[in-house]
Amino acid sequence: MVDVALQGGAASVAQQVDRAKVLQRLRMSDAVFRGLTRAAAITVLIILSGIIISLVYGSWPALRAFGLTFLVDESWNPVTERFGAIAPIYGTIVTSVIAMLIAVPVGLFIAMFLTELCPMWLRRPIGIAIELLAGIPSIIYGIWGLFVFAPFLQQYVQPFLIEVFGNVPVLSTLFAGPPYGIGVLTAGLILAIMVLPFITSISRDVFEAVPPVLKEAAYGLGCTTWEVARYVVLPYTRVGVIGGVMLGLGRALGETMAVTFVIGNAHHISGSILAPGTTISATIANEFTEAVGDLYTSSLIALGLILFVITFIVLAFARLMLMRLNAKVGG
Amino acid sequence: MALYDTRRARNKLAVGLAIAATLFGLAWLVLILAVLLWEGFSGLSLRVFTEMTPPPGAAGGLLNPIMGSLIMTVIAVVIGTPLGMLAGTYMAEYGRYDKLTAVVRFINDILLSAPSIVVGLFVYEIVVAQMGHFSGWAGAIALAVIVVPVVVRTTEDMLTLVPDTLREAAASIGLPRSLMIKKVAYRAARAGMVTGVLLAVARISGETAPLLFTALNNQFWSMNMNAPVASLPVVIFQFALSPYKDWQELAWTGALIITLAVLALSITARSLAAQRKS
Repeated sequence: MVDVALQGGAASVAQQVDRAKVLQRLRMSDAVFRGLTRAAAITVLIILSGIIISLVYGSWPALRAFGLTFLVDESWNPVTERFGAIAPIYGTIVTSVIAMLIAVPVGLFIAMFLTELCPMWLRRPIGIAIELLAGIPSIIYGIWGLFVFAPFLQQYVQPFLIEVFGNVPVLSTLFAGPPYGIGVLTAGLILAIMVLPFITSISRDVFEAVPPVLKEAAYGLGCTTWEVARYVVLPYTRVGVIGGVMLGLGRALGETMAVTFVIGNAHHISGSILAPGTTISATIANEFTEAVGDLYTSSLIALGLILFVITFIVLAFARLMLMRLNAKVGG
Repeated sequence: MALYDTRRARNKLAVGLAIAATLFGLAWLVLILAVLLWEGFSGLSLRVFTEMTPPPGAAGGLLNPIMGSLIMTVIAVVIGTPLGMLAGTYMAEYGRYDKLTAVVRFINDILLSAPSIVVGLFVYEIVVAQMGHFSGWAGAIALAVIVVPVVVRTTEDMLTLVPDTLREAAASIGLPRSLMIKKVAYRAARAGMVTGVLLAVARISGETAPLLFTALNNQFWSMNMNAPVASLPVVIFQFALSPYKDWQELAWTGALIITLAVLALSITARSLAAQRKS
């Protein structure tokens, strides 16, 4: 009996030591894994601050040389080393505005079709097709725009625009000049096609989140489909729609390849949207590898910094809007 | 009665516009794909996959850019996926209600749609400028920076969908948290996380802007990641804007290859996600 008890005691001590060791090891690996995941999460923040710091550092020579005049100067002359950002900024904004003017109404109407009118069996295929449009890489839009869309515009659409608006005051400056095919308008139209799926899919998602009771109540009062969409669905989802639109705008502002192909890369501001122009991203893409001299390179990085600041503000606003919507739906 | 008629007319107009808008949206997809298939297939042959990019005026293929793209994509995924998954794990498992998580989620969402050309500038500054020359590594790092936010987002979303009862069951049999995550949560969310990686690959396989001044381009066969490496999107960019007919034709073929790859990846990802739901 004594022996057995002793043996049992010895065994249990050994077991307890083992157990403690295992526990220790598990605690250790748990802490390590937790630390590792935390470090990875913090890396995301480091990437963003790294982007900001490197852009500020890289653009410092240009900002010091030109100061705030960089933002308003139209000259872009590598020979005399005088650089100003206003032409690319202008091009970026004008192309994005054209894109949004087309993509927002069309996107909202598609979302309305998908949520209110479309027969059930057709919803998924159309939804998938719209999302495939979002998946096509931007360089494909670029090559298609250059070889197919721009010649089409040059031959058929732009001469028509010039003829129709040529004698109308104000609009005649907007559509002045020869039909080049490539130019600000073409870039804006391509951007519209590119951001359309983003706006559509976000609007569709927020439209679907509208409680059916609200819509049924409106239908019950005798509202038409349009009235339900306009006076019930849209007001209810306003915040989400604005978020989606801003997200699309962020895309349009930063889009590079599709625009680079069709904008013509001309560093001057023209009143006509048929004229070639440039955007921030197109300038960087076209000129960065050929830039000689620190000031030239630095000016291009400064353009990148401006682009990043603009898109950061737009995207942050979009996210805040969408977060507000989620809080509303969740609560 | 007049009011009734205007309301009906207005509704008809709106419904008509909605249908027209949908047809308009779908028409672009059809137009782009039709031209792409037409132009791409006419240049597609075995030679495209077996020969190097040609000098102007000669026949050739796209072997070196295809290989360059594949290698850089693989490296980018190998770097970016673990980082993104770990970060997503922290956000969904350890710090779901942390302040840090809220900040990281916000920043990550911004990185997700930040202009990719800015990522190229960033990597140019920290890698190319420091090393003094363009390199395949720099290109792969730029792509990895784009992979991370995609994977973070999907990992967090998928882990959040895992029911808490599974976690509690694991905890109740004494499983420590890290093992619970690896053996239970990851398994439950596996299909969704794979989907995220596929989407990330689809995203970077068409990315051009961040490669322009990191990996640059290379006319010749080069597997040296320490030197400039050709990639499919950059070669398409260069060839499409060239005045040479042969080059333009190769650009279309390259565009077709990329699009088919991207569409195949996103359809696979979609069907994986659909499988999980059923």
